[in-house]
Amino acid sequence: MQREAAIREPLILGHKTYKDITDDVVGPIMGPAPLGWKIMITISSLIAVYGVGCILYLLGTGIGVWGLNKTVDWAWDITNFVWWVGIGHAGTLISAVLLLFRQKWRMAINRSAEAMTIFAVIMAAVFPGIHMGRIWVSYWVLPLPNQFGSLWVNFNSPLLWDVFAISTYFSVSLVFWYIGLIPDFATIRDRMTKPLPKKIYSILAFGWSGRAKHWTRFEEVSLVLAGIATPLVFSVHSIVSMDFATSVIPGWHTTIFPPYFVSGAVFSGFAMVQTLLLIMRKGMNLENYIHVKHVEYMNIVIIVTGSIVGVAYLTELFISWYSGVEYESYAFINRFSGPYSWAYWIMMTCNVISPQLFWFKKIRRSLVATFALSIVVNIGMWFERYVIIVTSLHRDYLPSSWGEFHATNIDIGIFIGTIGIFLTLFLAFARFFPVLALNELKTILKSSGESYKNEQAK
Amino acid sequence: MSKIFHVMYDDDAKVMTAAGKLVGQGIRVKDVYSPFPIHGIDPVIGIKRTRLAICSFMYAMTGTSLALLGMWYFMIQDWPMNIGGKPSFTLLENVTAFIPVTFEFSVLCGAHGMAITYLLRNGTLPGMPASNPDPRTTDDKFVVEITTDNNSMSAEELEAAIRATDLLELSIKDA
Repeated sequence: MQREAAIREPLILGHKTYKDITDDVVGPIMGPAPLGWKIMITISSLIAVYGVGCILYLLGTGIGVWGLNKTVDWAWDITNFVWWVGIGHAGTLISAVLLLFRQKWRMAINRSAEAMTIFAVIMAAVFPGIHMGRIWVSYWVLPLPNQFGSLWVNFNSPLLWDVFAISTYFSVSLVFWYIGLIPDFATIRDRMTKPLPKKIYSILAFGWSGRAKHWTRFEEVSLVLAGIATPLVFSVHSIVSMDFATSVIPGWHTTIFPPYFVSGAVFSGFAMVQTLLLIMRKGMNLENYIHVKHVEYMNIVIIVTGSIVGVAYLTELFISWYSGVEYESYAFINRFSGPYSWAYWIMMTCNVISPQLFWFKKIRRSLVATFALSIVVNIGMWFERYVIIVTSLHRDYLPSSWGEFHATNIDIGIFIGTIGIFLTLFLAFARFFPVLALNELKTILKSSGESYKNEQAK
Repeated sequence: MSKIFHVMYDDDAKVMTAAGKLVGQGIRVKDVYSPFPIHGIDPVIGIKRTRLAICSFMYAMTGTSLALLGMWYFMIQDWPMNIGGKPSFTLLENVTAFIPVTFEFSVLCGAHGMAITYLLRNGTLPGMPASNPDPRTTDDKFVVEITTDNNSMSAEELEAAIRATDLLELSIKDA
């Protein structure tokens, strides 16, 4: 058995046994739905319905209903896409990178972070999908034999790389998540008494029986998937950044983009994990599993990635001056002093200044402060993408075509709508799925459970 | 008459001790059912290391080859296009632009190939019936399965050896 230093805070508080872990996670699934959950899912599904309505209106009318114009021909659509993909990255980082580094604290949060990843990537995929206008021919992005002569998609284009990156990322994350879920579904199956749910969970559990050989394979598959998901997550956001970086637009054409986008993605993803989990741990009585230490660890990741993002912002500014390219310099001067300077300063305050508060241990360990700052970071990271995209486009090489972007109600409706769809999916997950990797948690109970640690310390 | 012994324990450490003790007496343990992986049990009960990682590598290499072959055909062989003056005459000249898709496709094949192999080899597929001897083994109990078929001892001798371990319950069934 593994041992852990006695001075480390235990990861599982309270005097838990193996059975308690099962009860705490499976209990809420078997019991009736709480009133708070019903209220939240009603509100979020109403928002989702409104969003779907806006999407249908867009599809029926055309993307002219967005505020795009000849100069700013990419705005909220791609902003929202990058924002959602970025949020998704925390799930893979927690489950894959932290698994490779043998960080046991990931076990309390990986399941819900991965669920968040999957739902966020679905939301991200909505935007390029509807931006195509004719969504029913969206399969044209794949290299399929066709009747247009030998018309193939362009493999030199980062936009096509993105098609491959996002679809690989989504499907691999889904498989990673599901393979971890199988043993936990088996636990629910074996405890469920109502016949119909028992039948459903037994289908979902794939007949898992927990044989020793299966567990060996399970651990190997998890490790290998973590090993290949780690470069995958870096490649996905690098490719997203190349959608911009390989173009010749001043403000986009920078080699710093891939690492800058990846750390920004991790930064925003962890903020979203904090936002969701701080509510979930309270609502589902999981305070013993996701406690202040877990929150503190995540806040440390937020300081590190937030600081990397801050350095990247300053590097961009410096290089735009140092390059001596007039257009490049102007793009950045315009960014912090032009008509969109308000957005730039919101971004700077939310992403660079506010996370520095986490250097104070009191703030880092305060749940209220963490929740507030996680919202601030979510807002800041949305503005980061908005600033990069809109400020770089709105004043192009020809001053005669300079313009501004004004979001329409449909722009706003679709964005708010995707938040509604996302929350609806996440709430459904929290109600019907095991929200903690309960069987994995049992493996650390003896090395990091509070009562076991106290006994060892004696 | 061959018999199956299902020996239940309430702690993973007890399973480890018991399995070590039984194997030490020359008894072959057929399987262990547990709610979570018991680290270190595999060599004790004679489970070999899985080769799934090797499978994954082979699937990934297949993906790499297919991606390069596909892109060579689409972009070089079938219809070379002049896109921003980028070289389009040989695979080697153009391969740098193909690396992202090659990588993604290799990961796609490696991950899904391994996941499918894993599910097939385990026999864990949608709608399969559960085969754990007791529903408590997915909660907090551990079951060691021993049969008379792959052991040279008689049922009585086996039972005596099993009862000497720190067990919780013992169920004996005819195979």
